[in-house]
Amino acid sequence: MNSETSNTRNAAARLLGPAGPELSCDECFAELDRYVEIELTAGGDADSAVPGMRAHLDGCPACREDHESLREYVAKAAG
Amino acid sequence: MAPDAESQRWLRDLEDDSPERHDAVAALHQLLLRATRFEVRRRSAVHPHLRGDDLDDLATQAADDALLAVLSKLDDYRGESRFTTWAYKFGLFEAAVKIRKRAWQGRELPVSDDTWALLSTGTGTPAEEAERSELLGAIATAVDTALSPRQREVFVALALNGVPIDVLAERWGSTRGALYKMLHDARRKLRQELVAQGFDELREDG
Repeated sequence: MNSETSNTRNAAARLLGPAGPELSCDECFAELDRYVEIELTAGGDADSAVPGMRAHLDGCPACREDHESLREYVAKAAG
Repeated sequence: MAPDAESQRWLRDLEDDSPERHDAVAALHQLLLRATRFEVRRRSAVHPHLRGDDLDDLATQAADDALLAVLSKLDDYRGESRFTTWAYKFGLFEAAVKIRKRAWQGRELPVSDDTWALLSTGTGTPAEEAERSELLGAIATAVDTALSPRQREVFVALALNGVPIDVLAERWGSTRGALYKMLHDARRKLRQELVAQGFDELREDG
């Protein structure tokens, strides 16, 4: 895939959101701590443990930022 | 799942009749304040117009609000993560929401759909530009024809113009969850409309 085709797809993804089932914002918040700890565990498969989370994080910029912050902070606090 | 020993200690010390409660609440506030200061510092890098004193006040307010939220939701803690991780998310969330709102204070929400023109501008070959133009044009048309007026407003603000969802929720007296549900439904309608027009690659999974 060249970069222009990729840019077109990215623009479409930004506008149309994830194509698969996703959690709601409230469900995302409820599961976020568990998801992040599994992510930070060696060999942990957070996306299998919390189906729909990855799709929601792709579609919701605010929850995505909250996820990045928690992940970064927990990793820092543990380090 | 049983919480780990440190998490159990937090829960025990925060019980209403615990002799340790006063100290535990103070320690929890300090823990939340460290998290909110981290978040405020992290986000202030992209909002340079927010000033130092404002930011520290904002971190303190966020820690105060997060403390109330954590104490009122202790029964929701299921022990599936460490107590501190569970508590941090309230602090980081309160700080992030406050920063987003502060950054948009006094700003008008963009309501126009001029962003379509920006999205349509590319540097590809004529064939690639034609593909981009066709897809974006079809999405723009579907926004006008397939969505309700309210869905259109939500879509244009959040997906097209990138207004933070917490800012829109505050202006409209709504919630992040309710607005995202509206956006989700709008996106679904758009996908269905575009698939019906032959954009088969946009079909939903599952």
